[in-house]
Amino acid sequence: MTYILLQHYWWFLVSLLGAILVFLMFVQGGQSLLFTVGKTEVQQKMLLCSTGRKWELTFTTLVTFGGAFFASFPLFYSTSFGGAYWVWMLILLCFVLQAVSYEYQAKKGNLLGKKTYQAFLVLNGVLAPVLIGTAVGTFFNGAEFVVNKQQLTEALNPVISSWATPWHGLEAALVWWNVCLGLAVFFLARVLALLYFVNNINDNEVQRNARRQLPWDAALFLVFFLTFFVRWLLQDGFAVNPETKEVFMQPYKYFINLVEMPAVLATLLLGVAGVLLGVARTALCSAWRKGIWFAGGGTVLTVLSLLLCAGWNNTAYYPSLADLQSSLTIENSCSSLFTLKTMSYVSILIPLVLAYVAYAWRALDVHKISRQD
Amino acid sequence: MIENIDISLIGWSRAQFALTAIYHWLFVPLTLGLGVVQAVMETIYYKTGDEFWKKTAQFWMKLFGINFAIGVATGLILEFEFGANWSNYSWFVGDIFGAPLAVEGIVAFFMEATFIAVMFFGWGKVSRGFHLASTWLTIVGATISAFWILVANAWMQHPVGMAFNPDTVRNEMVSFWEVALSPVAVNKFFHAVLSGWIVGAAFVVGVASWFLLRKREAKFALASIKIGAAFGLLACLLSAWTGDGSAHQVAQRQPMKLAAMEGLYEGRKGAGLVGIGVLASGKQYNDGSDPFIFKVEIPKMLSFFAERNLNAYVPGITNLLEGGYTQRDGTPALSAQEKISRGKLAIQALARYRTAESDSLRQQARAALDENFRYFGYGYIRHPADLIPPVGLTFYAFRVMVLLGGFLLLLFAATCYLSYRGRFAAKRWLQWVCLASIFLAIIAGQAGWVVAEVGRQPWAIQDILPTSAAISKLPASSVRLTFFIFLTLFTVLLIAELKIMLSAIKKGPEIG
Repeated sequence: MTYILLQHYWWFLVSLLGAILVFLMFVQGGQSLLFTVGKTEVQQKMLLCSTGRKWELTFTTLVTFGGAFFASFPLFYSTSFGGAYWVWMLILLCFVLQAVSYEYQAKKGNLLGKKTYQAFLVLNGVLAPVLIGTAVGTFFNGAEFVVNKQQLTEALNPVISSWATPWHGLEAALVWWNVCLGLAVFFLARVLALLYFVNNINDNEVQRNARRQLPWDAALFLVFFLTFFVRWLLQDGFAVNPETKEVFMQPYKYFINLVEMPAVLATLLLGVAGVLLGVARTALCSAWRKGIWFAGGGTVLTVLSLLLCAGWNNTAYYPSLADLQSSLTIENSCSSLFTLKTMSYVSILIPLVLAYVAYAWRALDVHKISRQD
Repeated sequence: MIENIDISLIGWSRAQFALTAIYHWLFVPLTLGLGVVQAVMETIYYKTGDEFWKKTAQFWMKLFGINFAIGVATGLILEFEFGANWSNYSWFVGDIFGAPLAVEGIVAFFMEATFIAVMFFGWGKVSRGFHLASTWLTIVGATISAFWILVANAWMQHPVGMAFNPDTVRNEMVSFWEVALSPVAVNKFFHAVLSGWIVGAAFVVGVASWFLLRKREAKFALASIKIGAAFGLLACLLSAWTGDGSAHQVAQRQPMKLAAMEGLYEGRKGAGLVGIGVLASGKQYNDGSDPFIFKVEIPKMLSFFAERNLNAYVPGITNLLEGGYTQRDGTPALSAQEKISRGKLAIQALARYRTAESDSLRQQARAALDENFRYFGYGYIRHPADLIPPVGLTFYAFRVMVLLGGFLLLLFAATCYLSYRGRFAAKRWLQWVCLASIFLAIIAGQAGWVVAEVGRQPWAIQDILPTSAAISKLPASSVRLTFFIFLTLFTVLLIAELKIMLSAIKKGPEIG
């Protein structure tokens, strides 16, 4: 295994985890729909029962995503988390609220009252996808940081990464294209949640409410996603000269990446087709309940291909707007050959993990959620 | 002009991490300990088919679930705070430190998250065997998770299996097994997990005693006490053993921490272990005054614990700073000032290496760096006195941990004996003590972490990187604000958890 191959392999794994995380954010989408699809208290209970059995998987995927990023690309972990402080703190806070709300909201003596915890769930359902989408948007639109490793030799101020604005990440929310991706992720999460409810809840009214809501959220998702996607294809990208390692702006960089990586292009097209099929057939065929699997699989493939375009094919995946040459690439930000190789042996366990997650998921979901739950 | 790091930023960053860790360790021990107890109970149900054991296990599972979520939430924040508040650290040792966190996620977290859903929602939906396996896999996942986190923590206390790369300006892993199976990591894992078992056992015995005091659910309470007390006794005995190993390792690898734990300023041969004592305030390491107002000492025991030799020499804080004493390998110890000077030489050599214009200059710089790298972290230390951890906090926390640990051992032994002899139900005073001991077990665990973490200051990574050089460059006001946000949030959620738990306990298992 060469160093370059391992860098690409680990970018693939991190991208795959990110893609699975976006799929699993159907839990957040479901939370944001708590009072839209759930018209009565019983219906709301069914919705919470449905997503409440899956929130830990989303949470765990986020933790593993963070751990894998730390292990494989520590300079990103160091630069982004330490710099875009407020964005990450907001994301963490809203996930803390989610973690306790599922357990506490229906319990006696919960101090803040059921409605408060449900409001926390809605808040997490809205904020988490928007913030994570906005943060991922900086992979294509850049962030305001400077990296200077020489700084470590300054004993009085040895911090190598610094943020160039006092907003520490909040400025990303002022870039329309970042927010556009955040909103696309938000509405995608809602679409996936609606498809999941259709699949997972045996209740005619919930099914009807979910199917009725589906076209609206699907339309809004398409508007924001297509706006982002078309601009993404046409925008200048952050390219890396493979010889000199110099970062430079290249017109149509991400479009070129797709053309030069046909397998990634095919993955993207397959993913988009899966999402469209899952949504369209669920909307058109009232007896069909398997839309979540097509749209979910499609989401994973689509997000995976977008993230691969961010890091592969000599592209800077975390561009710096403050100092172009500080931009992070999979080569200059990764762990050592030894660590990547060691971690690659551990990654052999991933199919086993996916297998038992799927087995346990199926074992529980064989019994659909109903009013009796 | 060089912009210096704001000193208050270091303080607030440390405070925020300590706050999160303290709250995290309120919930995690209960998860680790209660998880095993409930799994044992469900195993009895699986073996006997007796519905009593099913309801007993379900009751403890309900309390486990209330506690679990907030432990997960605080754990998430801890993981991301490494990047958010300790960004320099994350780069400088991320090549080594990130690996255990990633393995934890892949190997342990998914196991825990997947099977906990089956454990809670799978009753009647999956087979009894699959449910039991899920319960065990949940706690196995939580314990494996603890292992990898403690590997990461142990590595900070005793960095091994790495080499510094001046081209990337970071430490890089050269032996995964040296990191994962370092004696410090293995001992720390067992000691920390066992302390969690003690908390879980104390919780079960304490809550069950409450039912006896209220004259409710006697069969359930006595059955739970039998299992909890036996489990707690076993955990206490093993914890005493691993605690001894831990103290020995501290003596070998973190002598300043040991000196702080003992309030030992002037080293000596045949050093005694302070059983109890009160430290004098205002003590300076070089003022020659008595550090104690009074103390009760066990002769020669510190030498024995530290070196396995009753007459061995144990250096004190003053000796460690002034150097000159003979080390184990026969060489004279350097003074702190000499170490600081050599650390500065290492940092200067790194700077020269990075800017050298010829290979020969680069090689010269590399040689100087390699020669002095052992003291690299000292180059960021301003004054020798900065190398002294907070002695009072470390000293008292150590005594609180040991004395409470000894008390809990006796308590579990007595409870175990009386419950198996059928006499526990009549001992109401002991039931009250058991109830109060829930908090004592939690305090003992917290005190242990205070010793481990406060005692190693000022180091983020022992001898390699002080906390002052490990931080993120942020406005101190931002970190102060998030500190208070987390403080408020965690406190509210803790109160909510306690209220929910008390409500669930009051409701009881309803076995009849």
